[in-house]
Amino acid sequence: MENLKDFYKKERAEEWRAEIRKNIKTKERTLLERIKMPAQDPDVRNHNRIEVNLGLDEKLAMEEAQRCIDCPNPTCISGCPVGIFIPKFIKKIEIGDFLGAAKVIKETNSLPAVCGRVCPQEKQCEANCFYTIQLQKPPVAIGFLERFAADYERDSGQMAIPEAGEKNGIKVAAIGSGPASLAWATDMARFGYDVTVFEALHELGGVLKYGIPGFRLPNEIVDIEINNLKEMGVKFVTNFVVGRTATIDELRERGFEAFFVASGAGLPRFMNIPGENYTGIFSSNEYLTRINLMGATLDGYDTPVTLGDNVAVIGGGNTAMDSVRTAKRLGAKRAMIIYRRTREEMPARVEEVEHAIEEGIEFMNLNNPVKYIGDNNGRVKKMLLQKMELGEPDASGRRRPIPIEGSEYEVDVDVVIVAVGVSPNPLIPSSVKGLKTTKWGTIKVNDDFQSSIEDIFAGGDIVRGGATVILAMGDGRNAAVGMDKYIKNKIKK
Amino acid sequence: MNKIVDKIFFSENVVKLVIESPDIARNRKPGHFVIVKTGKKGERIPLTIAGADPEKGTINLVIQIVGVTSHKIASLEVGDEITDISGPLGKATEIEKVGTVLAAAGGVGTAPLLPIIEAMKKAGNRVITVLAARNKDLIILEDEVRKHSDEVIIMTDDGSYGKQGLVTHGMEEVIKNEKIDLSIAIGPAIMMKFASLLTKKYDIKTVVSLNTIMVDGTGMCGACRITVGGKTKFVCVDGPEFDAHKVDFDEMLMRLSGFKEQEAAAYKKYIAELS
Ligand SMILES: Cc1cc2nc3c(=O)[nH]c(=O)nc-3n(C[C@H](O)[C@H](O)[C@H](O)COP(=O)(O)OP(=O)(O)OC[C@H]3O[C@@H](n4cnc5c(N)ncnc54)[C@H](O)[C@@H]3O)c2cc1C
Ligand SMILES: Cc1cc2nc3c(=O)[nH]c(=O)nc-3n(C[C@H](O)[C@H](O)[C@H](O)COP(=O)(O)OP(=O)(O)OC[C@H]3O[C@@H](n4cnc5c(N)ncnc54)[C@H](O)[C@@H]3O)c2cc1C
Ligand code: SF4
Ligand code: FES
Repeated sequence: MENLKDFYKKERAEEWRAEIRKNIKTKERTLLERIKMPAQDPDVRNHNRIEVNLGLDEKLAMEEAQRCIDCPNPTCISGCPVGIFIPKFIKKIEIGDFLGAAKVIKETNSLPAVCGRVCPQEKQCEANCFYTIQLQKPPVAIGFLERFAADYERDSGQMAIPEAGEKNGIKVAAIGSGPASLAWATDMARFGYDVTVFEALHELGGVLKYGIPGFRLPNEIVDIEINNLKEMGVKFVTNFVVGRTATIDELRERGFEAFFVASGAGLPRFMNIPGENYTGIFSSNEYLTRINLMGATLDGYDTPVTLGDNVAVIGGGNTAMDSVRTAKRLGAKRAMIIYRRTREEMPARVEEVEHAIEEGIEFMNLNNPVKYIGDNNGRVKKMLLQKMELGEPDASGRRRPIPIEGSEYEVDVDVVIVAVGVSPNPLIPSSVKGLKTTKWGTIKVNDDFQSSIEDIFAGGDIVRGGATVILAMGDGRNAAVGMDKYIKNKIKK
Repeated sequence: MNKIVDKIFFSENVVKLVIESPDIARNRKPGHFVIVKTGKKGERIPLTIAGADPEKGTINLVIQIVGVTSHKIASLEVGDEITDISGPLGKATEIEKVGTVLAAAGGVGTAPLLPIIEAMKKAGNRVITVLAARNKDLIILEDEVRKHSDEVIIMTDDGSYGKQGLVTHGMEEVIKNEKIDLSIAIGPAIMMKFASLLTKKYDIKTVVSLNTIMVDGTGMCGACRITVGGKTKFVCVDGPEFDAHKVDFDEMLMRLSGFKEQEAAAYKKYIAELS
């Protein structure tokens, strides 16, 4: 840790940065107001699928960059799971060197356009910003600036594609094509490996494609990153379910020396309450997959989805917000969030909750469904809700919701979307003998992200349970380092 | 990839496709299915692997035209490629020697049943197969079924071939004549429901292969969920085969009709655009 601090210090002392700091007095910087992200009007955007946030222009970005005081002890970095050199890239933006800023970010984060859009900054870098901690003022808009630099680089037509290292001819494979895998593949290609990514679905990108909707993360952004990897020589194989289409043993026979399991936490949980299997009730995965991956409701696409006036989404995470805002966009008159705790306890990104409120989403906090009621055809038509109150804090430190007896009441619904969490995908753990898992079904790994089987590494949601894009990416990068070390040691022997 | 190398019409609405798919051909077992999608904007639908030739690297699919996607797939010709095929998915059939097996198929259910009776016969069982359909034209794969059965009974609703009556009539006749150790029934949900009620009456262990609506086929969405023995199960990963006497068939029938209006409207539009 110490030498990292020294490194930051040394970098901060560089002339160009010292120069910028002198341009404006620190005091003056702290008096600047945080800029606002330009966004589509709520009543327009809740009828279209285009991205909500429009992105900063150069002027706004440079203005916001001035707020950063280039702290001697940049606490923001400690909040970033991959340790982006935050003040360094922000100062590059301040002087208008936007491509330089993007380059700094990419030293530690290979998918900045994605992370700038979906990271929970308010819990990470921005939570640890000097402004938040010391001044009790809105933090520097680190996420918006990250997105700006990445978008600028992409639109400039001068996107820097990481260089593939000198080829060593050693074949390695990833299972799954979500963010963990993409980050791992970038580094393995850099190290010179012959990299193949196997994906079970017909599209690449994992949750970035089938889960997170285009109004938050346009598909093109993910595709551009995947194309860059293809240009680096990474091979992608779709419709390939490892463990089924071929087992890991067979892939070993085909010459793969090591594997990175990044198969995600794709299994939807249900609440197991009466009536949950009526038609019109979907898991958030099914609902979002039908719409985002399969194109339901778009012209010419064959996959159907159920529409309705009254749509209830059960849950308070990102998945719930994405589902309810999607339902609103598809024409729901009443799009409701049903969550058993208060708004403060909702795990979703704060920006998404704010956007949802602006878009006219109804928040029914301290409510929990206990039963669904269907019509003669088995289609859901009502849900029975029970009111809740908060009691003592539980193991997670959040106050436990307690049902209020006798408070049940009915609400009309046409569509219900259950977004109460996911479990690890059991396909790989169950198809590989001797692979150790935890009682939650996640794969056990050591500090090198190596599993109980030496040539199998794992990271992302299959190791953490449902987590975040940036943690998955960080795992991918660490696993690449661990795998490289493992393979080099093996060769030496 | 996924090239169609042979195509045979069994009847006007039932077609067999032989498709190049070497990995799946090598690893599939009786009971497995694949998810098929045709065209960029196509839907993903599940189809049972009705046989395979690992040497040639091909798999057989038998498709009954019931809507847009099955029509699109059945309209592909030899030499065409199917955009996406993934599998083999689901749990394989448990094949063991139990004694006498009563296999029953309704309509296109014969196709998924075929690899199972073949394996059951090989495992040393006596296999009696009842094939049932609305009429003679819809009885498919009869010769292949005969090859792997000790006895075959054919039933048609209209009496145009074999005996007249429902699949359950044929099954009951067999059950009354000899001791059955295991029954397997594959066909439309309603047929499996009645086959299951029948064998329950005689207390014969019965396996059914459920054809619920699916999307991914890997356990990710829950579209295929169904109540079995009072618990919610995902047909694509926990099945598709289940103990018939524990399946809530009424719920299954209800869930199968989940998109009925949309499907019917889409099919009408599609057919209108074709002509
Ligand atoms: C709707 C939704 C919204 C979210 N919003 C946010 C957000 O705003 N910010 C944030 O940080 N996080 C968010 N998350 C969480 C985040 O997306 C995940 O933590 C992250 O995607 C995990 O990455 P991963 O690479 O581990 O797995 P995934 O992205 O889940 O990818 C796993 C891939 O592996 C494939 N696969 C599985 N088994 C096999 C197999 N046997 N063979 C081949 N392929 C296989 C799957 O098909 C899938 O494509 C959200 C999640 C959802 C569902
Ligand atoms: C594990 C599994 C294996 C299957 N194997 C085969 C097979 O080998 N051959 C084959 O022809 N079909 C098989 N099916 C059924 C097949 O998937 C459906 O017929 C297909 O999805 C229909 O799509 P469509 O777009 O053509 O029709 P749709 O427009 O989706 O439906 C048209 C009509 O068919 C009914 N229908 C829809 N889905 C199903 C279904 N899953 N089962 C029965 N009726 C349905 C609908 O109620 C509707 O009235 C299997 C299903 C499962 C789950
Ligand atoms: S803590 Fe905030 S003000 Fe300080 S360097 Fe980081 S972003 Fe800039
Ligand atoms: S088809 Fe999606 S979980 Fe079974």
